[in-house]
Amino acid sequence: MTQSPEFEPQIVAFCCLHCAYAAADLAGGSRCGYPSSIKIVAVPCTGRVDSVHLVKTLEDGADGVMVAGCLPGRCHFQTGNLHAKQRVDHVRELLEEIGLEPERVRMVNVSAGMGVQFAENAKDMSETIAALGPNPLRVPKSQASTTDAALEGTN
Amino acid sequence: MIVAERKPLDDIIEMLGGQGKVLAVGCGTCVAVCFAGGKKEVEMLASSLRMSTNLKGNKLEVDETSVQRQCEAEYLEVLDERVKDYDAIVSLGCGVGVQYLAERFPEKRIIPALDTKFMGGPTEAGVWEERCQGCGSCVLGITGGVCPISRCAKQLMNGPCGGSKHGHCEIDEDVPCAWQKIWESMEKLGRLDELMQVSAPKDWSTSRDGGPRRVVRDDIRTPKTEDS
Amino acid sequence: MAMQQAIENTEEKGRALKAGSNLERVLAAGHFAVTGELEPPKSHDADIVRKRGKVVEECLDAANITDNQTAIVRMSSIGSALLIKDSGLEPVIQITCRDRNRLAMQADLLGAAAHGIKNVLCLSGDHQSFGNHPGAKNVHDIDSMQLIRMIKDMRDESRFQCGEEIPGGGPRFFIGAAANPFADPLELRPHRLAKKVAAGADFVQTQLVYDMDQFRKYMAKVVDMGLHEKVSILAGVGPLKSTGMARYMRDKVPGMMVPDIFVDRMADAVKGIDKDDKAAKQEAWRAEGIKICIEQCLEMKEIEGVAGVHIMAIGWETAVRPIVEGAGLMPRPKVD
Ligand code: SF4
Ligand code: SF4
Repeated sequence: MTQSPEFEPQIVAFCCLHCAYAAADLAGGSRCGYPSSIKIVAVPCTGRVDSVHLVKTLEDGADGVMVAGCLPGRCHFQTGNLHAKQRVDHVRELLEEIGLEPERVRMVNVSAGMGVQFAENAKDMSETIAALGPNPLRVPKSQASTTDAALEGTN
Repeated sequence: MIVAERKPLDDIIEMLGGQGKVLAVGCGTCVAVCFAGGKKEVEMLASSLRMSTNLKGNKLEVDETSVQRQCEAEYLEVLDERVKDYDAIVSLGCGVGVQYLAERFPEKRIIPALDTKFMGGPTEAGVWEERCQGCGSCVLGITGGVCPISRCAKQLMNGPCGGSKHGHCEIDEDVPCAWQKIWESMEKLGRLDELMQVSAPKDWSTSRDGGPRRVVRDDIRTPKTEDS
Repeated sequence: MAMQQAIENTEEKGRALKAGSNLERVLAAGHFAVTGELEPPKSHDADIVRKRGKVVEECLDAANITDNQTAIVRMSSIGSALLIKDSGLEPVIQITCRDRNRLAMQADLLGAAAHGIKNVLCLSGDHQSFGNHPGAKNVHDIDSMQLIRMIKDMRDESRFQCGEEIPGGGPRFFIGAAANPFADPLELRPHRLAKKVAAGADFVQTQLVYDMDQFRKYMAKVVDMGLHEKVSILAGVGPLKSTGMARYMRDKVPGMMVPDIFVDRMADAVKGIDKDDKAAKQEAWRAEGIKICIEQCLEMKEIEGVAGVHIMAIGWETAVRPIVEGAGLMPRPKVD
């Protein structure tokens, strides 16, 4: 894949308020920081993140999507993070069918205190996406779908 | 309910062929509860179709809608005007829904997005099992409430066969042996002696073997008036 | 003891033969019967069938000709049966419910009878997913129980399954059924045999028996229910070929129970033989397999209610003679 040197990945991270969101906060406030390519969307639980959200985020042009939930067994709603993992796996299979790299979607697990680990995960994701290059769906803007148009309004 | 599963994306795209404007139509009844053709699945499919064709360089325009029930003409009326704008309709209904759409809109190409699997229900979240084949002459009353027609791999009426092992069928360890279940159920009901009778060959004329079937209820039909 | 009883039973049942096949006559005369199994080739080569028949001809009272066994296409049972019949061995045709509906079955039965075939074995049939046409549509119009009843009604009532009369009388078959004493639920198995007897089975051939203890329990129950007086039970036996085969049958084959002792005996048979000496290993295995099979035949003769053995040596027809000889069952009786 050809890739312009100035490519800066746009990654949406759905972060659980109980863990990853706090971890991101911690990382942001400390020396370790995380790449600016990561755009955080807070969710009450990763169990709230549906497959549709992941697919639409990519359709709308994000280069990558990260779902960050609590450590296994530590979900405030028992199994929300496990459901999220199943959906991420499902969407990765679907991406393969669609013709996009499954690596563009990833699930990670951190606790509220794991700021360093969050930053590491974010950096790794960012590097993966940088290597993959931009989301090919973002390039031709001419044929924007209905949802593209809708999201452009909100951006 | 009728249980269905999405076809591979490439198969749907191939049936659609080339570019065009497509309406994806979901159904809010059986296929919605088995997560194959409800609103969310329509969204997913439409998105996937757009993305996939976009990547291949001839992006399809795919719009989304859903009706309460595809298998009754009345529920399709809402689409009458709308379908005019489209080159093809992708149905996320079961095979019945697809055909009702095809009958109502004979000038449009109707593409099935699902493979209709069977009549059954969920046994746990995410797992569905067959329960009935619509044989037209239900034997559940004499088989302890377990259907040998849909659930025994050999449709035995005097099972189990010699392949039954540890409660599962010879074809697959994940398939329970229907006749083991019938045996257990009849035992609980204290009716084992009935299983000792040789049951006569089934009359399949009420089943698909008798040709396409029809149910007529005169008490419900539109009354014929004098002058008609 | 078993023979004494068999003679009494025959007297009880009266001398009237149902089909008059050699197998029926041998059993009716109170002899310990010996049947075997022949597998038709995956071709139309008549010589293969004749050759396989020749090897076992003198050792068996009748030979079953399998019908697309394990759902793999082979020469038809009736077609092959005619070939071995012409060369002097009595066939037992097999019919599975998987491949034919009641029309085809009755038509085949009329055809077989017209050619002088007198024995038939009724089977459900292995599921087509096991064979070489897993995409095939299966039939299962009637099941094996109903098939037995249908053939009986054709014979005894001269009626087709639909109730219509068969002009000139129905075809006369000695009707066989299969029984698996080792399938689940175990306690149901003797009752299922009773059901097959009630449906009209004249003889029964069991699944391969290795677990003699379980088989004895089964037979005790069968005798207790008086079934052995109404049906001739031929116990299925077959020589093991290797340790691997014994293990495979123990662990993998549905509806089969193989005790560890036989796996061990097969393993012991090749102890001390150079691992790479395939020929020597095979010879030792085969000798032990035949030896075990002979022992089993001898044991079967002593079990009350067992009227004979059914030897399954598929693909190893040459094992049949040493087994039958070793069990003291040669020469086969000639009964008129
Ligand atoms: S017996 Fe027939 S109608 Fe009844 S559940 Fe089975 S297939 Fe359906
Ligand atoms: S194992 Fe049970 S379910 Fe399977 S074919 Fe035999 S009787 Fe039917």
